[in-house]
Amino acid sequence: METAMNTTPAHNWDHNVVLSVEHLTMRFGGLLAVNDLSFNVGRGDITALIGPNGAGKTTVFNCVTGFYKPTEGRIVMRHGNDLQSEKVEALTRTGRQHDIGKDSAVFLLERMPDFEISKRAKVARTFQNIRLFGGMTALENLLVAQHNPLMIASSMTIGGIFNLPGFRKARAEAIDFAAYWLEKTGLIERADDPAADLPYGDQRRLEIARAMCTRPHLLCLDEPAAGLNPRESTELNQLLQYIRRDHGTSILLIEHDMGVVMEISDHVVVLDYGEKISDGNPDHVKNDPKVISAYLGVDEEEVATIEEIAEDLPEIAAKAAALKEHKGEASGQAATAEPPAAASEIVVEGAENHPGAQPSGLRQPRSDKPDDLTRVKGIGSVNERKLNALGIWHYDQVAAWKKKEVEWVGSYLAFPGRIEREDWVKQAKALAKGVAGKKSGKGGKS
Amino acid sequence: MTSAAPHPSLLAESVKDAAVAAFLAAVLGFFFFALRTDIGTGGLDLTYRWGLWFTATAIVFAVRLALNLLVFKTRNPVTQHIKITASESTLSGIGRVLGPVLLIVAATLPFLVMWLFPNRDRQFIDLAILIMTYVMLGWGLNIVVGLAGLLDLGYVAFYAVGAYSFALMAQYFGFGFWMALPLAGLLAAMWGVILGFPVLRLRGDYLAIVTLAFGEIIRVVLLNWYEFTGGPDGISGIPKPSFFGLEFSRTGGFAEFFGLPYDSIHRFVYLYYIILLLALITNFVTLRLRRLPIGRAWEALREDEIACRSLGINTTNTKLTAFAIGAMFGGFAGSFFATRQGFISPESFTFLESAIILAIVVLGGLGSQIGVVIASVVMIGGIELLRNLGFLKEIFGPDFEPTQYRMLIFGLAMVLIMVWKPRGIISSRNPSAVYKERKKIGSDMVAQGEGH
Repeated sequence: METAMNTTPAHNWDHNVVLSVEHLTMRFGGLLAVNDLSFNVGRGDITALIGPNGAGKTTVFNCVTGFYKPTEGRIVMRHGNDLQSEKVEALTRTGRQHDIGKDSAVFLLERMPDFEISKRAKVARTFQNIRLFGGMTALENLLVAQHNPLMIASSMTIGGIFNLPGFRKARAEAIDFAAYWLEKTGLIERADDPAADLPYGDQRRLEIARAMCTRPHLLCLDEPAAGLNPRESTELNQLLQYIRRDHGTSILLIEHDMGVVMEISDHVVVLDYGEKISDGNPDHVKNDPKVISAYLGVDEEEVATIEEIAEDLPEIAAKAAALKEHKGEASGQAATAEPPAAASEIVVEGAENHPGAQPSGLRQPRSDKPDDLTRVKGIGSVNERKLNALGIWHYDQVAAWKKKEVEWVGSYLAFPGRIEREDWVKQAKALAKGVAGKKSGKGGKS
Repeated sequence: MTSAAPHPSLLAESVKDAAVAAFLAAVLGFFFFALRTDIGTGGLDLTYRWGLWFTATAIVFAVRLALNLLVFKTRNPVTQHIKITASESTLSGIGRVLGPVLLIVAATLPFLVMWLFPNRDRQFIDLAILIMTYVMLGWGLNIVVGLAGLLDLGYVAFYAVGAYSFALMAQYFGFGFWMALPLAGLLAAMWGVILGFPVLRLRGDYLAIVTLAFGEIIRVVLLNWYEFTGGPDGISGIPKPSFFGLEFSRTGGFAEFFGLPYDSIHRFVYLYYIILLLALITNFVTLRLRRLPIGRAWEALREDEIACRSLGINTTNTKLTAFAIGAMFGGFAGSFFATRQGFISPESFTFLESAIILAIVVLGGLGSQIGVVIASVVMIGGIELLRNLGFLKEIFGPDFEPTQYRMLIFGLAMVLIMVWKPRGIISSRNPSAVYKERKKIGSDMVAQGEGH
């Protein structure tokens, strides 16, 4: 990832940031839904948050929009063009919620109640399961979204009761603004129909229109294309492009429809098990092996089937080969200095097709009993068998792996990146220590 | 109905079923109806009442047969028929005319009554005042339950706060009605906010239970704080409202000032117009609020609270204003109640009152203003009407007291309305803002809020 950041020119989301999520952690009792997540949303970008089911995307959304209070971390919303770093740091120290300047402002969203986030920080959202006011007309839905400016215009209801001209004007403007968004979302014909009466696709668009009526700087969409047919999906893309282009609203969206994501987003952040596994432009993410494995849903129990899938995915192999060549040139000498065949007693067919180096293995476990490798989180019984076939029987063998070995095994087991993420080496080190301790203890007694 | 002639087998089946039911009734009722024992000289006197027994059995047979033929066994039960004919469109057509007609009737009612029933005018105007009080209470509660969707089972607490505020201010500081009225409203609103705070986080049944408890707490405090409120003795001698300083007394009052002959009816007419004015203000404010952002926020809150918060609406404040404004109108009504009665005690503010007001709102249709009027007239007027059904005594004997059956009839009426129109008499919703064409929103779309 770091290499990707360095090789590509600076992205919009690195320097022109509207929202930055920093070290966000969300724990529900014992469940770690989001773990130390950091990413930026560039001003004027369409940023997509993707990941398999249960990856924690909606939790991130709920933290950003204040529906959950994060366990740890900082969420900074910025109005105005600068990063305003000093302001953010100063604000963090004070314990205040926001620092509103003349034409720039900084908000610490994790400190603000949900309605204030929409009202002041100007972050609007939609919901995965549509939450419209079903018994109110489409127009009324959009008027509710303009509650706060209208409240002020009605001088907190007093002026409204007497129907003062100032309020009448504000109400007419609010209806015009609502009509503008109904027009843009193609719902103007249904303005006076109850929202619950609209077809599903219209309801999705109405929810976006309603969110836009709060005049947001950042629009958060939770699966806006879910349940849409291809034509509606295309229209949605156009609508989002329009919102970004003509209103300068930054968009953060959760989406499962890869067609939508790849087509419209400038920046993609990939989550899996509450952690960020990839971050970059769509092309970068598309070719990231970690993303591919996460999306194939590789699990130790499923490896057998995954291998079948992998046959259909020459992309992975090609990618792996390319990586190997790349690596081979860079560290060719190192690789040749210690020939893998000599290091390992086991010879595996096609070992040279994987990047890195095959770890050394033993034909037999050292004592009569091998260690239980499944105690390493991430190794299942299938993978244990595979590792045994490689001659890996003991924790200390895993613990001894270097980066090259890890890479090779990752590629061999067809889930690149995962070993690093779950840190098998560290786990194995801890387990190896435990085994050694037990043995010495026994020795002492006897 | 298309299948007008019942199928022969249907008829035979129905008769058989009805006969079985009648037989069971005859067996079960034998000792209750046919035999009667009285304490007589030297033991019990046994009297036989074959006629009564036979009548009871015949009634069971007839009713069962009718139900079989019309409801239970037929393919087109009459209940379905009722539902189809009473469609929303015809009702809304009537509704458009109904409002102005009712307003005109209400404005001229005392004079109509004096003209039509010169002997019983006092009684009828008093009844009209009572109905109008409930209309106002219904409208006030409609803000909380109908618009904001917060089920409040303790609304009578604010009625009590209003009544006692005025009574105590009159007793301790000698305040008159007009001076105490706004203060009573403010105090009730304050109690509305005080109730609102603890129940803000509650939903559904929990909200209902806490509001119910609040209503009881107020009543029990009034009952037990003897030194201050007079406890169960209540407070008497509450002053009557004056007409720009003129009392409705025999000498030197309203009648003398305007050169009219003194008549005690003047005060009733005046009271009627006060409550009519208060009720109309309630209605006007509610209708206005509905079209203002705050009212729309209430309705949005009823539809979906989470969505409200995502749109930057402070749901805490929104709920509190609903409670406060609803309570304020309850307080006004309470204040009026105190001046009308001249005497109040905690007895008048039992849970039954809350239940009746809520029933008015629910039967009328949540959020519907005209529905509340119809329901109040039917429920309050209906109960009073039972007192006047003297002819029933001639049928059932001199011991028969129709008012004893009022709860039974009440319950039956409610069941019928709920079968016929489960969402109340006027259940459609009028949109608060219109782009091109005003369309009614069917009750099936509209959410009911918390606790329903």
